[in-house]
This record gives sequence, C-alpha cells and structure tokens, in this order.
Amino acid sequence: MSQRAEKPLGWRRWLLAETPWSRLQAELGQAYLAALSFARNRLAIVGLSLVLLLLLIALFAPLLATHAPDAQNLTMRLHPPGAAAWFGTDELGRDIYSRIIYGSRITLGIVSLVIILVGPLGLVIGCAAGYLGGWLDTVMMRLTDVFLAFPRLILALAFVAAIGPGIENAVIAIALTAWPPYARVARAETIALRHSDFVSAARLQGAGALRIIRRQIVPLCVSSVIVRLTLDMSGIILTAAGLGFLGLGAQPPSPEWGAMISSGRRFILDQWWVAFFPGLAICLAGLGFNLLGDGLRDVLDPKQR
Amino acid sequence: MARVAVGARAASAFRGVAAGTGRTLLVLALTFFGLLLVTFLIGRVVPIDPVLAAVGDRASAETYARARAELGLDLPLYQQFAIYVGKVLQGDFGRSVLTSNPVLTDIGRFFPATLELATLATILGVGIGVPLGVIAAARQGRWQDQVIRVVGLLGYSIPVFWLGLVGLLVFYARLGWVAGPGRVDVGFNDIVEPMTGLILLDSLMEGEGEVFANALSHLVLPAAILGYFSLAYVSRMTRSFMIDQLRQEYIVTARVKGIAERRVVWRHAFGNVMLPLVTVVALSYANLLEGSVLTETVFAWPGIGAYITNSLLNADMNAVLGGTIVVGAVFIGLNMASDLLYRLLDPRAR
Repeated sequence: MSQRAEKPLGWRRWLLAETPWSRLQAELGQAYLAALSFARNRLAIVGLSLVLLLLLIALFAPLLATHAPDAQNLTMRLHPPGAAAWFGTDELGRDIYSRIIYGSRITLGIVSLVIILVGPLGLVIGCAAGYLGGWLDTVMMRLTDVFLAFPRLILALAFVAAIGPGIENAVIAIALTAWPPYARVARAETIALRHSDFVSAARLQGAGALRIIRRQIVPLCVSSVIVRLTLDMSGIILTAAGLGFLGLGAQPPSPEWGAMISSGRRFILDQWWVAFFPGLAICLAGLGFNLLGDGLRDVLDPKQR
Repeated sequence: MARVAVGARAASAFRGVAAGTGRTLLVLALTFFGLLLVTFLIGRVVPIDPVLAAVGDRASAETYARARAELGLDLPLYQQFAIYVGKVLQGDFGRSVLTSNPVLTDIGRFFPATLELATLATILGVGIGVPLGVIAAARQGRWQDQVIRVVGLLGYSIPVFWLGLVGLLVFYARLGWVAGPGRVDVGFNDIVEPMTGLILLDSLMEGEGEVFANALSHLVLPAAILGYFSLAYVSRMTRSFMIDQLRQEYIVTARVKGIAERRVVWRHAFGNVMLPLVTVVALSYANLLEGSVLTETVFAWPGIGAYITNSLLNADMNAVLGGTIVVGAVFIGLNMASDLLYRLLDPRAR
C-alpha cells in the first residue's frame, strides 16, 4: 500500500532532480514541468480535448457515421434534425451529420498538408536569412514584406483564379500565402541566437554555416514555429472553408464544411440546419486549435507570458 | 515658454520622422513593386488565353499572330511587365469583361460601400474591444479574463460568412430587428445622389432621413459581425500591451503612493498603451478589407470584395487583378501609415 503510494513520488523525484545524471532525464524533467504547467491551464485542456476529438472523429469516421456521406435519399429532402437524421438532411437528402463526420477528414487533410509545406519552408528560409544575413536576408525579408502586405484571403483568391479551383489548388494557394510569418518568427529567433556563445563555440570548432543552422539554430527555433503553427491552424481552416464557401476550394459533392455551408446558404432562412451544423463544426475545430495554441504558447514561450 | 518647448520638440520629432520616412517610402515602393509583380505573374499563368478570347477559336494562324502582337504578348516577359507597370501607374487596369467598364471606374463605384462597412465595423470593434482588453489585463487570470479570452478566441475561430448567415437568420428572419441583404431597400434605390458614395453621409447631407434610417438598418448587422472580428483582435492586443505596462515599476510606485486602482489602470497604464494601439487599429482596419470579401458575399453588399469574387467566378481577370491591386495598395498604405504615425508619436521609435 505504502509502496504504491511512494512509486509516483519516486518518479516525480527522478524527473525533478536538480542534478540530473543523463541528458534524457533532464529533458524528460523539462517536459514534465511543461506538461504540469499546461495541465494547470483549463482552457488549454479544453482545446487539447477538442483537437483530440477531431482527430478521433476523422480516424473513426466510417464507424461514427450513420449514413454514407454521399448517399442521396430524395424522399428525405431537407428533413429537419431528428431521430432519422441527427443534424437533418440537405437538398439531396444526404445526412448532414455523416457528411460533417467525413468532412473532418478533408479539413484535417488540408491543415496537415499546409503545415507540412509551410512549417519546414518557413523555418529554413527564416533561419538561413537570419544566420547568413547580407543580401539573402534583405531579399527574403522584402519578399515576406510583399506577401504580408497582402490580405491573405484575397491573395489566395487570386492564386486560385490563376491555377483553377479545387482542393489541391486551394492547399497550394494557402501554403503560398502562409509561409512568410514563419520565416519572420524563425529569423527573429535566429538573430537573437546568432551571436550567442554556443554558436561561436561551434564555429570555432570549425562547423560550417549549414551545420550550425541545422544543429544549433533550427532546433531552438522549432518551438516558436510550432506555437505559431498551432495558432495558425484555425486560420488555415477558416481560409480553406472560405475558399470552399466561395466555390473555389473543395467542389460540391465533397463534404467539405465550407462547401456545405455554401450549398446550405440558399435555405438558411427556412432550413437553417443545412448551413448551421457545418459552421458549428468549423467553430469547434478552430476554437480547439486556438485554445491549444494559446496554452502551448504560455508553456513553450515564457517571454510572451 | 512651454509653447516654445513644444514647438522645438515637434520640430525634432519631424526631423526624426523624416529620416525614417525615406526608408519607409523605399520599402513602400519595393512592396508595391512586388505586389505588381505577383499580380502580373498571376495574370500570365491564368489558363484563359486572352488572344483566343479576342479572336475566337476559328481564327486563322495569321489573325491569331496579329492579335497576339497587338496585345503585346509576343514581347519578352520583362517588357510586358514594364508596360503593365506603366499602365497600372496611370490607373489603367483594363476593361472588365463583365461590366464592360474600365476596371478603375467599377472600383470607384464599389469601394465606398466597403469603406463604409469597414469604418463602422472598426468603430464598433475598437470601441468595445479596447475596454475589454483593459479589463482582461486588470483582472488577469480571474474569470473576467477567461471570459474575454474565450470571446476573443471565438473571433479567431468562427467563419465570418457563417456568422453572417446565422445573424441574418436570427436578427432579420426571426426577430426582424434589422433589414436584410443589400445596402438599402429596393424602393430607396437611386434616391440619394452619390457624392461621397458613402450612403449614410450622402443621405444626411441631402436631408433624406428615411434613406438614412433604412441604410443604417441594412448596415448594422454586417458591420456588427465584421466588428466582432476586429474586437477579437483589438481586445487581445490591448490585453497583452496592458499586461506589459502593469508589470512596470512606475505602476508599483503609483500603487504605493496610494492612487486608486482605477486611476492606475486607466490613466497611468492605459495612457502608455494608446500609442501601440494606433498600429493595432490601423492593422485591424486593413484586415477588415479582407473580411469584407466574405461578408459582402453573404450580405449581397455591393462592395469591392463582392466585386472581386463575382469577377472571379466569371473569369474576369482584369477586374480580379485590378481589385487585388487596389485592396493590396490600401493594405500596404495603411500598414505604412500606422508605422509612420507610431514613429511620429513615440520618441523611442525614432
């Protein structure tokens, strides 16, 4: 009994040891402290739960859905929410609940693709510009100026106009407009680090610029880029939904949430559920990422606390 | 004597600003150049062949080549770009295929509606968002702070077009408190002679009270919805600026001297926050231009956002790119203006 009570205490002591005897222990201790401070933030936990819920829904969509997402049932057109269709049906008798469940896959797919494209790109450009300086820095920062000086959605609109509507092109357009803030964040971090002793030490040991950027600078910039990405995910979701709403993102038969709102728009005054529930899904997903990002920032980035 | 000191200070302020202004203007020019480059390149990769559109697909090879030469499309890309820049600088964005007006004329007609919407939205957003941010900072960590944080984060999570639809459903269809889509009811169309293009201002100047009331009831809902997004941004920024200030030593001093907390917060701390807020307000105004694209679509608001999307759906590239340039230019301009204003007002930034 007493042994069982002591065991977690022993773990705690090991994690919080003031003189850790391995690097792993020190890192785990830091992670533990960060997790504790994150868990104290109730809103952040709500955000984490929402995000996990979204992931689970996307993962188990076939099990959770009551209907196939594109199964039409014309005798059940625009049926109000009830036992037969939890969130009602749309103008083709498709079950809105099931479509939203499947739509989570599209939304998460867009978000992951964009961050996979944008995160590393911004990180590398920012770190290289910040560390190397000179004309490369100037050119890169002027370039981010141009992109930041643009309203993002309008730029994405113009890109989509050029390369044609569709979900892949929406991803490309969003990625093209989304990378500059990451480059800025990474550059600012890099400049702060550039003249620190450990970087000088690495340089004196003969490390080249590439190695210093890769081994010394990038790892330290990752956390602020991750925070920024988490906070940005809701923005990506909103832009993707906005493009879908305007008919320039995912195309109609696909259960993308923005496109669903767009088709429900005609019925908003009488059959409100067609547009209402997909929008609610967007809100909850966005709120989850925002709360999570907010909490992560407090933990990972003490400067901004 | 005090007056002299103020004059001298202002003079040195302007000198400092002038030094920075040169650089700012250079950045401005470069950014605008980049904007033109981006729109030019977008215009070139569009899958629509402008020559084919002009001569039709049954034209002979010679006709096609001649039309191509007439449109300047046989020149090297950099020459085409130079011609494009020259035209844009003269305000020539080409003609809109959809309305067959010069794009600039169209934009002149549509822009005031957006301006009116964005201005009212900013007034609402700043008027409510700033006090909320101050309260959140003064009550940091307590329930007021949490509530305001969630209100703000919701503003970052809700799709503006969806909130617009729900707003229409609740306040127009169910409650009947506001008028529906459009700028005025059909019966009030064309009563007011557009002078400024801002219908509230025009109707007031011409003494058309009924038009004013009708326009206001149309404007209130979209402006409130856009204003909410401005509120979210402004309140969050105000909170973080205030928290920075409340941590400073002069605040401790003020409290030790026994000054009432309300005065410490609103006079001492807030007084120092107003300056950076200028930048925030300008940025939020610029962001509303973007939000207006979707809001205008939902509310059938005849502004620049609706113009761009409508042209886009009809493959009217001249109009899309012209609109993009104008919105981009206003956006850049507002950014720079806030930058300059900040430098003018804050001696430390010189």
